Amino acid sequence: NKKKKFFPWFGLDIGGTLVKLVYFEPKDITAEEEEEEVENLKSIRKYLTSNVAYGSTGIRDVHLELKDLTLCGRKGNLHFIRFPTHDMPAFIQMGSEKHFSSLHTTLCATGGGAYKFEQDFRTMGDLQLQKLDELDCLIKGVLYIDSVGFNGHSECYYFENPTDSEKCEKLPFNLENPYPLLLVNIGSGVSILAVYSKDNYKRVTGTSLGGGTFFGLCCLLTGCSTFEEALEMASRGDSTKVDKLVRDIYGGDYERFGLPGWAVASSFGNMVSKEKRESVSKEDLARATLITITNNIGSIARMCALNENINRVVFVGNFLRINTISMRLLAYALNYWSKGQLKALFLEHEGYFGAVGALLELLDTA
Amino acid sequence: MRIYLHTDEAGQERGAFKMAARGGRGGGSGHGSLDKSITLPPDEIFRNLENAKRFAIDIGGSLTKLAYYSTVQHKVARVRSFDHSGKDIEHESPYEVTVQEEITARLHFIKFENTYIETCLDFIKDHLVNTETKVIKATGGGAYKFKDLIEKKLGLKVDKEDVMTCLIKGCNFVLKNIPHEVFAYQKDSDTEFRFQTNHPNIFPYLLVNIGSGVSIVKVEMEDKFEWIGGSSIGGGTFWGLGALLTKTKKFDELLQLASKGQHTNVDMLVKDVYGGAYQTLGLSGNLIASSFGKSATADKDFSKEDMAKSLLHMISNDIGQLACLYAKLHNLDKIYFGGFFIRGHPVTMRTITYSINFFSKGEVQALFLRHEGYLGAIGAFLKGAEQDNPNQYSWGENYAGSSGLMSTSPDLCPMQRTRSGTFDMFEMDRLERPLVNLPLLKDSSTYIPDTVDLTDDAMARKYWLTCFEEALDGVAKRAAASQPDSIDAVERAEKFQQKYWNKLQTLRQQPFAYGTLTVRSLLDTREHCLNEFNFPDPYSKIKQKENGIALKCFQGVIESLDSLDWKERQLALVKGLLAGNVFDWGAKAVSDVLESETQFGFEEAKSKLQERPWLEDSYDEWLDRLKEGPPHKCALIFADNSGIDIILGVFPFVRELLSSGTEVILACNSGPALNDVTYSESLIVAEKIAAMDSVIQSALKEERLLLVQTGSSSPCLDLSRLDKGLAMLVRERKTDLVIIEGMGRAIHTNYYAALKCESLKLAVIKNSWLAERLGGKIFSVIFKYEVPRE
Repeated sequence: NKKKKFFPWFGLDIGGTLVKLVYFEPKDITAEEEEEEVENLKSIRKYLTSNVAYGSTGIRDVHLELKDLTLCGRKGNLHFIRFPTHDMPAFIQMGSEKHFSSLHTTLCATGGGAYKFEQDFRTMGDLQLQKLDELDCLIKGVLYIDSVGFNGHSECYYFENPTDSEKCEKLPFNLENPYPLLLVNIGSGVSILAVYSKDNYKRVTGTSLGGGTFFGLCCLLTGCSTFEEALEMASRGDSTKVDKLVRDIYGGDYERFGLPGWAVASSFGNMVSKEKRESVSKEDLARATLITITNNIGSIARMCALNENINRVVFVGNFLRINTISMRLLAYALNYWSKGQLKALFLEHEGYFGAVGALLELLDTA
Repeated sequence: MRIYLHTDEAGQERGAFKMAARGGRGGGSGHGSLDKSITLPPDEIFRNLENAKRFAIDIGGSLTKLAYYSTVQHKVARVRSFDHSGKDIEHESPYEVTVQEEITARLHFIKFENTYIETCLDFIKDHLVNTETKVIKATGGGAYKFKDLIEKKLGLKVDKEDVMTCLIKGCNFVLKNIPHEVFAYQKDSDTEFRFQTNHPNIFPYLLVNIGSGVSIVKVEMEDKFEWIGGSSIGGGTFWGLGALLTKTKKFDELLQLASKGQHTNVDMLVKDVYGGAYQTLGLSGNLIASSFGKSATADKDFSKEDMAKSLLHMISNDIGQLACLYAKLHNLDKIYFGGFFIRGHPVTMRTITYSINFFSKGEVQALFLRHEGYLGAIGAFLKGAEQDNPNQYSWGENYAGSSGLMSTSPDLCPMQRTRSGTFDMFEMDRLERPLVNLPLLKDSSTYIPDTVDLTDDAMARKYWLTCFEEALDGVAKRAAASQPDSIDAVERAEKFQQKYWNKLQTLRQQPFAYGTLTVRSLLDTREHCLNEFNFPDPYSKIKQKENGIALKCFQGVIESLDSLDWKERQLALVKGLLAGNVFDWGAKAVSDVLESETQFGFEEAKSKLQERPWLEDSYDEWLDRLKEGPPHKCALIFADNSGIDIILGVFPFVRELLSSGTEVILACNSGPALNDVTYSESLIVAEKIAAMDSVIQSALKEERLLLVQTGSSSPCLDLSRLDKGLAMLVRERKTDLVIIEGMGRAIHTNYYAALKCESLKLAVIKNSWLAERLGGKIFSVIFKYEVPRE
């Protein structure tokens, strides 16, 4: 008999670019409870579950909702909500208006923003954050979501024939015995973790060339203003006009080193020439940026996997949201350059694992 | 618009030739039109084309590197005994000196902008007289593009070689042959360039070539290497993406922008994500969390400088990270970086070094090469020259004919606005005999010949540069005077003076230009410059005269030594050796005395010596060793000066060693330097002494006294580059005592050299500054007897 946890149950992950919020909506509220439920709590529940968008930038990823989950003895649905980090003050303001501080709960938060906004939560919202380690939360979240599955489907999947638009298939992958695995979290930046067991992991390395770099460079190069717009442009562009390929230098494959002609020899290498700079479109530039960042992450992940002697690489993080170009490229590159030794895996809830982990921490702590 | 022949003359415009007033400067991508409006000066670049053969060319994105092999004819002084057959002619001199022509092999490398390629090819064609060459080896991305032009202009068939194979061949070659080729870069230390001692075994290593993309190659043996990885994020990404972001077209200008920018305005740092409290991850707040993370907004403008800086960091960090991951996987701790991204750019060397230190936590070292830009050309050349067996020889950098590191770096010469129109040169001389380590070195991998690193020690650098400047006039005068019969001697001496003066000015600005700056390198550079202007041995006549005078005194000195008892004789021998060492034309204080006091002799020199206790005095230990220990098996002596030094100082000492049962290997320089005794002079001197002295005579006959050459032509001594024959003999004879004599060999170099056997280092300090530094006065005596610790 665990100590009863007071609602509401939230998990918050405040990243460099996006805030991820998971909310457990209890569906087994008894009449007695309903009676007892204070107005503030009810209003929060209604607000979150009856909307799919909050303000101008908050979005609930309805398609990710986990239904009929049993958590800490309670049945309910898990909701996944995100909004830009720069709207954090508005979020705190809203919490203050909804008298969040009057509720018997702790707000568990992870990500760098848990530190950055701690003071604001205290002063503006009269709220004490419980700060949690982001890597602990990430791993906890991944393992939990994978174990409960995605409404009867597999959370984990991989791509078969990733480069063939006709034959490419997204197939479920059973992560029952997950260890060891390399976890690559691509947010604004990238963190790479080697996970050996539930609580034995290490941060192997990271790179500053991540989702923030893709989006940041796209803004500078194309004038786009949203991640979605950047991805949409990329989907219509041709990176081979921007990049210099092996075949552009050697006329074909570079056999001396076993390099295929299609491989990129120099990202943006063609842009050294004025004529070529003038002949490429914004879409081409967006595509090249996406390919550059994705290939680089693949390359670093592959080297880490080799150094750590791990052959399963799980990619997560919001960079992959609605970004099949990158996922398929990672799947292909990892397989090709490792000669089939490495497998790229993906998870449906991409960027929400830190927030899920924070929620789980809330329920674990007394 | 002028074109500068910017070879070694830092910042000095040599108006040797000029360009027509039309534009068309290359720079940047260099894919522009060819510039035909320059006239090249025949004797300054593309030298010795008359005898050139075996051409190779490496055409990169913007620079062309041409390599050829030529034979250089130059004068050498030869000494020869007079013919004694029959007549009893009494000669004033002990031997005759003749000047002869000698032919040596030299490798020439010239680097210039692609825009001048046509002019250069025309020039080569016009001056190429005597060659049976039919093909030119070509490598580099531009080899395709210029193939037809080269074949048409030169009438040679272009034979293409693989870029990476050439690069690695070239890399191995410089690693083996050029001292101080490798350096680590440390921006924030006093010495930006930390040159490395050449390790006897250069393999295995990782070569990371950052051209438009990045290639990571593991080199395991001379001909065994493997492409283990790469990255598409390289120099082309910096350039291409940089051009898009900043509208700045040239690579160098982008780097300039980057060096002025603040990346923190564009990058999202850890502290931007975490606010003030970022300690949790154990990360520093200034680390970049997301490159360009702050530019993810449509409504803000970013400065060109800041974006360029952010881009530079992003690319350097990424390359460094991948390089470390590959180094770790292959268990390597040395990474050499090359490619145009690195070439001569302190900015990128700095960021790459930072990145390697960060990602490897200091376990891997980022290393750079002085001649990195020439590797491809060297390799292509070697490919074509296999029948000449260049790898079987030892080669030496010719300081007179080489431009030095960063002769054209815009970062270091802000006055010089552009790298355009500059010609960089690198020359290597083939050494007659292979050079190896002295087998008696305690640890050849940590041996550093030079006592003071003048790149490190600004005070000492200033002193010595001034010292060499002040002595230059005298050196030039003596050089001219040494060839009284030559009509152009004065003119050549002036040219020599100008050239060496310019070298000294370059070294004032860029002390790292030729590796670690040392008194040795200053002396060697002077010798190279003298040779360049056909003054192979300015002191030959002086040496001849002094040898003659000293030989006449030899018997008297021996008689007086023999009259002493054993103990007195030992001290007299050492004093004689030291007094002999006063006669050094390389020391200004002495050359002044020698020029003014013609009667200055052995006894006068003895009177100049410091009284005991000497500045460094382990004479008592030496005497005890002689008294109590068994005689040494074999002594190796490195001699210093001609005349009184070798004849009245060294030979009596040798004679005593021989008499006590010790064999002696007497090592003298292969080629002339100052008034140092050369090997061929030592042979004649020994012959003359043998005629007067039975001990020397029988020792020579029985091969208990062996005369050998060092393989060097330097007034200093590098024990890691000695004649192979000497090294073999040292091993065969089980040498257990090394005697190093003179300021150049025992103080400027080897003062701290650790040997496996007993050693004596002795010298008279003939320079008041140096004496003061060591805590003494001019003519202080160093007598350092060392026994290796067990």
